[in-house]
Amino acid sequence: MKPHIVYLLTLSTLFAQVPYERIARAPAEPESWLTYSGDYQARRYSTLNQIDRSNVNRLKIVWMYQIKAHHKFETSPLVFDDVMYITEPPSDVTAIDLRTGRPIWSFRRSVPAVPVCCGQVNRGIAALDDQLFIGTLDSHLIALDLKTGRVRWDVVVADYKTAHSITLAPLAIKDKVIIGIAGAEYGIRGFLDAYDAKTGKRAWRFWTVPEPGEPGSETWSGDSWKHGGAPTWITGSYDQETNLLYWGTGNPGPVYRGDVRKGDNLYSDCLIALDADTGKLKWHFQFTPHDVNDIDANEIPVLIDAEFRGKPRKLVLFGNRNGFYYILDRVTGEFLLARQFANQTWAKGIDERGRPIPNPATAPSPEGATVYPDDDGTANWFSPSYNPQTGLFYQNTREKGATYYLTEAPYMPGRQFLGASRRALSGGEPWGALRALDSLTGELKWEFRLPTPPWSGILSTAGGLVFSGDMEGNFFALDAADGKLLWRLQTGGPIWAAPITYRSEGKQYVAIAAGSAIVVFGLN
Amino acid sequence: MCSLLQIAAWTLCAGVAWPQGPVGIQQPSSTPEDLAAGEHFYRTECAYCHGPHGEGGRGATLARPRLPHAPDDATLSAVIENGIPETEMPGHWFAPHEIRQLVAYVRTLGRVEPQKIDGDPERGERLFAGKGGCSRCHTVTGRGGALGPDLTDIGARRSVPYLKESLLDPEAAVPEGFLQVQLVTRDGQRITGVRLNEDTFSIQIRDLSDNFQSYFRSELAEVIKQFGKSPMPSYKEAFTPTELNDLIAYLDALRGIQ
Repeated sequence: MKPHIVYLLTLSTLFAQVPYERIARAPAEPESWLTYSGDYQARRYSTLNQIDRSNVNRLKIVWMYQIKAHHKFETSPLVFDDVMYITEPPSDVTAIDLRTGRPIWSFRRSVPAVPVCCGQVNRGIAALDDQLFIGTLDSHLIALDLKTGRVRWDVVVADYKTAHSITLAPLAIKDKVIIGIAGAEYGIRGFLDAYDAKTGKRAWRFWTVPEPGEPGSETWSGDSWKHGGAPTWITGSYDQETNLLYWGTGNPGPVYRGDVRKGDNLYSDCLIALDADTGKLKWHFQFTPHDVNDIDANEIPVLIDAEFRGKPRKLVLFGNRNGFYYILDRVTGEFLLARQFANQTWAKGIDERGRPIPNPATAPSPEGATVYPDDDGTANWFSPSYNPQTGLFYQNTREKGATYYLTEAPYMPGRQFLGASRRALSGGEPWGALRALDSLTGELKWEFRLPTPPWSGILSTAGGLVFSGDMEGNFFALDAADGKLLWRLQTGGPIWAAPITYRSEGKQYVAIAAGSAIVVFGLN
Repeated sequence: MCSLLQIAAWTLCAGVAWPQGPVGIQQPSSTPEDLAAGEHFYRTECAYCHGPHGEGGRGATLARPRLPHAPDDATLSAVIENGIPETEMPGHWFAPHEIRQLVAYVRTLGRVEPQKIDGDPERGERLFAGKGGCSRCHTVTGRGGALGPDLTDIGARRSVPYLKESLLDPEAAVPEGFLQVQLVTRDGQRITGVRLNEDTFSIQIRDLSDNFQSYFRSELAEVIKQFGKSPMPSYKEAFTPTELNDLIAYLDALRGIQ
């Protein structure tokens, strides 16, 4: 077939729609990458196996796309119908031709100077029907025409002047777009929102900090709930059978001053399960009640069905920033297991109900208190991966502590609401590892050590491979069974993003955001 | 439309969008009350990243006489107000007089006042280049070795007691970024040096002869990180007390390229 004919055929499928039913069947369409984590179960796993243990050493760069900004590049692309869609920091979107790496259209948005804790970043987009959705740094949710990148609607989610910001990829479910919020370092009151995908009208809001009189409000002292934090800044997962949405929440505010917010501070540091149609709370599980160490539960809940202790169960797996790996029953929220997977000193252990036994010596104090992990956590927003072939849960892990000195934390709109200063530890260096845990026991099966605590997500595939990266720019592939290094490439820039894979014109590719570029790899 | 692709334009955008007006180039406030207020803002807004005393951490070290992104007070005001594009330094919503108070306090973090020392800096300079052999490992105004820190402005950054301690007991406080490592090759060779760079698969060092060396981990049997160790010898026995004072006087006089 002549190239120009191929191209015409490609154009005919270029802008096909992405109905909900198609996203729901994402695992059966491995040639595409349809949600932030690849599927609603958030496994970041692909059944593609053309690239495998035997040939991964032949991976070469196929094309690169350079962005203009130099902020941290954290996007996880979507790929379908011969187009890759990426976000660029702070709040831009570009559609890229899969065959050539050339841009098709770009959406550029100027944003004001929003106070953000951790950089002007964006992690991705959602697709539904003929639209794309992006949350912006200044807390708008915008629907774009899939074909042109032009704005269909633009709604204000929250006021950026009070330091509300959006950095996560939305999640599109049925006829709604789910979007979370960031800003707990500045005293916001967190929530999770759903918007009508066609009109942009808000369908529901779940406040992650209840107001007086609501269930859970008894866990806040005085008026502390007003600036109680509990943000929702990383994309959750969704179970079509139960119609439940699973989302992690972050730290309470002020971050380090527990004395002004006595109580458990629900629903901070929780996994919440909400009815996707109404936003009503079905259950919650709080990993870290009354957190004073900034150990958010803004991680990815991974959904699997498996036999657990002799009984088939619907499970949710959760590698927590607090250093423990959890398994819960995702229908009921029942605590099933917690196992430490990284160094931590904030808890003396986890009791039989899943509640931690805090170590008060690690709470910030005027004299300084040292704690593991530091406020970047052992895990964080970077994606884990679950591989059903190996039964392993792959988790990048940070081994780093710090000392915290208690300070005042007056609330002023738009200003930091922390209550501590921080000092790095001396006499050693933080480090990291890609760890493979038995998904049903949390037992460490192998680890691949990294000299620097990582911020990269993980992809695993049916080719028996695990892909990830490091802060020095290496992108690498490991044997999913034993962690043996099979391939690596120095990309030249730190990797703050998670890999994806897709198939185009019969060939499998792997893509990663590294430095200021999207790099796409294929077999030579 | 403001473009985020250009730093100048970004700053303009940020200035337009900020609720308070631009700070301008007014002089920082520096009464004791202003400094106290500035310290309060520093503790609540800045110390988390820049350290309780400006020693750095997630954010840059502020306890230094010259801030790379803020050579003067007007620029420092703009950095506090607008942040630094393409870094994690955010903008802050302070009133103009609050920013001036904060600027005044931040400037105190890096100020090391000259201290009287009973030594001859000219003799000290000769010792530095001659008997001490210091220039083999240290640079002053672009000349010298790179195994140790650049000392061009060391007198503005460090106190006399610190300088003295560094000469007598170099391992009391090894400067950040100068980790001593020992590499053991697969054939048993040992190479000691200062680490320049390290990643998952390789390491680069400057060896004790000030030569660059690069290894893949697969070529090495072991990488030994010698935290708290320094290749710098103690000058306790090498110098007389008078010579030591001369050398310290020279180092104290190094205030950077004017």
